Amino acid sequence: MAIVVNRPKLTLAEKCYLPSLFAGLAITWKHLKRALFNKGIVTMQYPEEKWDANMPDWYRGAPTLVVDENGREKCVSCQLCEFICPPRAITIKPMEIPENDTWRKVEKRPEEFDIDMARCIYCGLCEEVCPEEAIFLRKDYSITGLNRAELVHDKKTLYKLGGVMKGLTFKWNELK
Amino acid sequence: MDTALILHFLTTPLVFLIWTTFLKTFILLNVVLGVVSVTVFAERKVSAFIQDRTGPNRVGIPMTLLGGKKDIPLWGLGQMIADPVKLLTKENFVPAGVNKFFFWLAPKLVLLPPLLVLAVLPFGSSLFGVEMTIANVNVGVLFIFAVTSLSVYGITIAGWASNSKFPFIGGIRSSSQMISYELSLGLSIIPIFMVCGTFNINEIVDWQIKNGWLVAPYWPHGFSLDQLLHPKDLIHSLTAGVSLERFLLWIPMMVSFVIFLVSIFAETNRLPFDLPEAEQELVGGYHTEYSSMNFASFFLGEYAAMFAGSGAIVSIFLGGWSLPIIPDGSHGWVWGLVNIGAWFAKVSVILLFMIWIRWTLPRFRYDQLMKLGWLGFFPIALFNIFLTAIILAVVHH
Repeated sequence: MAIVVNRPKLTLAEKCYLPSLFAGLAITWKHLKRALFNKGIVTMQYPEEKWDANMPDWYRGAPTLVVDENGREKCVSCQLCEFICPPRAITIKPMEIPENDTWRKVEKRPEEFDIDMARCIYCGLCEEVCPEEAIFLRKDYSITGLNRAELVHDKKTLYKLGGVMKGLTFKWNELK
Repeated sequence: MDTALILHFLTTPLVFLIWTTFLKTFILLNVVLGVVSVTVFAERKVSAFIQDRTGPNRVGIPMTLLGGKKDIPLWGLGQMIADPVKLLTKENFVPAGVNKFFFWLAPKLVLLPPLLVLAVLPFGSSLFGVEMTIANVNVGVLFIFAVTSLSVYGITIAGWASNSKFPFIGGIRSSSQMISYELSLGLSIIPIFMVCGTFNINEIVDWQIKNGWLVAPYWPHGFSLDQLLHPKDLIHSLTAGVSLERFLLWIPMMVSFVIFLVSIFAETNRLPFDLPEAEQELVGGYHTEYSSMNFASFFLGEYAAMFAGSGAIVSIFLGGWSLPIIPDGSHGWVWGLVNIGAWFAKVSVILLFMIWIRWTLPRFRYDQLMKLGWLGFFPIALFNIFLTAIILAVVHH
């Protein structure tokens, strides 16, 4: 059903623009005057002021690798994240854990784990697919570099960004 | 050749006229281009403040480049230099398929007219006996109209030569916008000719110094600093300014002023009449395909047009370089400088008003502009001429 919207009947004052023109000028003047005295400005001066404290818990920043409370690399180098990564930003080179290592029973860990941050789209699929809960999207968002090589996060950087993640899966613990 | 001979040569009337004119032109051109840069900065700052933002506030003195620890932001004033430098150093990209000759010609055609207008505007009284007008011509106001209406060619040619649909629409809009307001612009000024009896802008300014600004209904007659010591003369000059004619004429003068002001907005393609540009609909209109210095020419042209338009408004309606009580340049070079300062101050006020309007009003729709021009301002301006004629006829006889 068509809805008929009646055009409003304008008074003469409304038709000749002028009163609303002055009303508009008054409003903008008010804002201008307020801003001149540095009040009411909502701009945040970014590098000096940040909003990090207000960032939500579900924020998807840079993907990182984590270690558990025993200091074990949680990644077992299954390469699921590498395969699911839509822009193919992740490159993993697996290695076998040597015989004399404490975590020998885990069998595999990454020798190299590179995430190309120039390609990463922060979709979070790697985090979702990881069976070991080893990869997490943390809150780092300011990823910069002077060239492409600097934008590739290697294993060391990823663990540095990730830190320790406690709890969650315990299947490799000694007690089990 | 000794110095005396050179001095003698320089002071022969014709040679003196030539070199002072060149000097005035050179200085005024540079000052105006500087003012344009400041206006762009002011526009960005004022717009930011109106929208509760900060505006450019980073570019200042780059101390870190010179080995210092911290940059001095200087309230972002460096932006005035950074903007042109960016535009100058960018690649001047000419798209394939454009009409090269007209593509290069158009920016110059936009930039030239506003700078030509400056030639006839009296920006000061006199300095060391040199008149502060580049060309004191008798057809001053007509010259302004003739030259400013040329700038529409630049826009139309830019739109056509770009071989692209959005610039093309922008160019067409510009030309049909021009026919809508140029008529009322011309008609609105006719009452001023009738009152002042001259086309010469210098004489219009002189008339206003004697009889008061055209937008002021009352003016003390022959008011000067000396009179403050003689109360009798003071009262005489205060009462002599009151006349029925001036109060009656104030009505058509204000009507003229408003129409002229609005038409100047349309002339300079400023909001609410920036239909040829219309970023939201036309991706920037006629200068969509331009980059680098060609784009900068359009930018410069727009702001120079604002300046020239404000200059015209100030000279015709707001008493030009004159201020009450302040004597002209023949009383000493200090007063000459004060007069120049007064002119630039008045122009700045109009420029700020233009910026203020831009960030207040939304753009007119196309048919609204046509309607405003043809059904609003055109009849009012026409009626205004007759009203002025009647007032003049009745009061004089």
